[in-house]
Amino acid sequence: MAKSIDVSDLDIYYSDFLAVQGVNMTIRARAVTAFIGPSGCGKSTFLRSLNRMHEVIPGARVEGKVVVDGQSLYDPMVDPVAVRRQIGMVFQRPNPFPTMSIYDNVLAGNRLNSKKMKKSEADAIVEKSLRSANLWNEVKDRLNKPGMGLSGGQQQRLCIARAIAVEPQVLLMDEPCSALDPISTSAIEDLIHELKSDYTIVIVTHNMQQAARVSDETGFFNLKATGEPGHLVEFNPTKKMFSNPDEPSTEAYISGRFG
Amino acid sequence: MTSLDQPTRTSSDRVATSMVSARLPQRAPLMVAGIAVAVGALCLLLGLGLVPAVLIGALVYLVALPVWSLSIEGRRTATDRMMTGLIWATFAIALAPLISLVWQVIARGVPAINSTFLTYSGFKTSLDAPTGVYHAIIGTLIITAGAAIISVPIGIMTAVYLIEYGKKNSFARTVTFLVDVMTGIPSIVAGLFAFAMFTLLFGPGYKSAIGGSVALSLLMVPTVVRATEEMLRLVPDDLREASYALGTPKWRTITKVVLPTAIGGIITGVTLAISRVIGETAPLLLIAGATDITNTNPFSGDMTTLPVLIFGKRTSAGNEDIIWGAALVLIVIVMLLNLVARVLGKVLSPKQG
Repeated sequence: MAKSIDVSDLDIYYSDFLAVQGVNMTIRARAVTAFIGPSGCGKSTFLRSLNRMHEVIPGARVEGKVVVDGQSLYDPMVDPVAVRRQIGMVFQRPNPFPTMSIYDNVLAGNRLNSKKMKKSEADAIVEKSLRSANLWNEVKDRLNKPGMGLSGGQQQRLCIARAIAVEPQVLLMDEPCSALDPISTSAIEDLIHELKSDYTIVIVTHNMQQAARVSDETGFFNLKATGEPGHLVEFNPTKKMFSNPDEPSTEAYISGRFG
Repeated sequence: MTSLDQPTRTSSDRVATSMVSARLPQRAPLMVAGIAVAVGALCLLLGLGLVPAVLIGALVYLVALPVWSLSIEGRRTATDRMMTGLIWATFAIALAPLISLVWQVIARGVPAINSTFLTYSGFKTSLDAPTGVYHAIIGTLIITAGAAIISVPIGIMTAVYLIEYGKKNSFARTVTFLVDVMTGIPSIVAGLFAFAMFTLLFGPGYKSAIGGSVALSLLMVPTVVRATEEMLRLVPDDLREASYALGTPKWRTITKVVLPTAIGGIITGVTLAISRVIGETAPLLLIAGATDITNTNPFSGDMTTLPVLIFGKRTSAGNEDIIWGAALVLIVIVMLLNLVARVLGKVLSPKQG
């Protein structure tokens, strides 16, 4: 249950401001794709346009095509809510629902969509999701405690469990480790490796080592110049990106000789 | 030429300031306060009134402590001590009326309260029958509950529109402006509105509790809207996005994530709004009337609330007990309401750890 994503000629706007211009890429199924690039170059904006979260911001819109499994996401017939059920997202800052327990947080995706399920079924989903998120052993004795009581790294893994509990096709991660310590980061990177066999994963990161460690393919975004829109400079297998990139500016960024 | 040849700053170049300076003894404020109290008591003994004596005592404290401090500790600490004293003094001034009011109402109201007072209406079946304020307690509860039932859904839904859907478009801005205007409506005007509306609908001379509820809800709605708006604005966008990213429609995000997260503050806002209107008198005199009989039907007949009862009884002599008792009952009702709201808010709001 994983799908590939084809992006062609994608322009992303905030009202009249063109934020990202002319992106073309194919994101492979059952692989990890990482986006790197300086702050403000449109990585997160591009990521959010992949599950139509971009348009939550007033005035934001998109031109071009994003095709998932033959279906264009921005077709007028497509319901953005249905898109987000297929393409889950994990955010930069852990954001468990403060009114819910750990158990309810994991089930939030199902409960919020008022899916009727038996207690045993719900228990099974919670255990499976928390196990896949490497969190089960830490929280199994306090499932009814509030999710906000966990540490930052645990909260982030809870958010990942919540995202995979609805069994999406694709998992988007927007700098999921930037607020975490190295140990929690490593736990989440291990998790990404395990999830790869079932999900298509797209991750935005500022950490070049992380991109090299977890991803199969890497896209480098950059601004053409200050005030110009961001664009995709290079998209290649991670090994090639970090050893022998096609573009000199990619090499400059990766080796720290940027700007 | 190396950097070693250049003159380097050593620590001895800098002026070392002492961290020790003269201080008043730690008990200095207490000592001065004791002297101030003594001076005040002396004034009282010399035949001055209570108020001048307290003022003189406060003045002694506010002058003596800074002057003493200035002579020993210096300007900055003296200013600090004077400002501290002034702030405590203003706090006491703000508190004085509250304490005096509560004290007066309790001292004069408690003797009036007994089971007869709370369970009998003001209507005498025979000449020596006991009377009470039961009819007004029931009236207060019914009319206020009616106002809450009308205004809480309207208020909360308006706020949800303004924050979640309006997003500062011109219609939302107009609504916000009108809500602000509504906040300033004098209560008597709200009463006249309800009076005119029910006269148009049901003909002249129509009086009922529901009219009173409508008048009070006009006063409540803006408060509820404002409070709910503030609370919804405090809900982080992260949570909304987290919910959207799970494929949750907007209306479910609002009812299941946004409102539950803000519920504690919304309950507090609603309680404040109720506390504000429960003491209204003028609009109710116009539309809900006044009576001595217990009326439990909000849709027909006069109904009296505690403030209206107090207003009605104040003109004739011999009613002091009833008035103070009714005032105490009203304050207790508002306090109980606040208590319930606090408990509800605690139970329903997000928990940590």
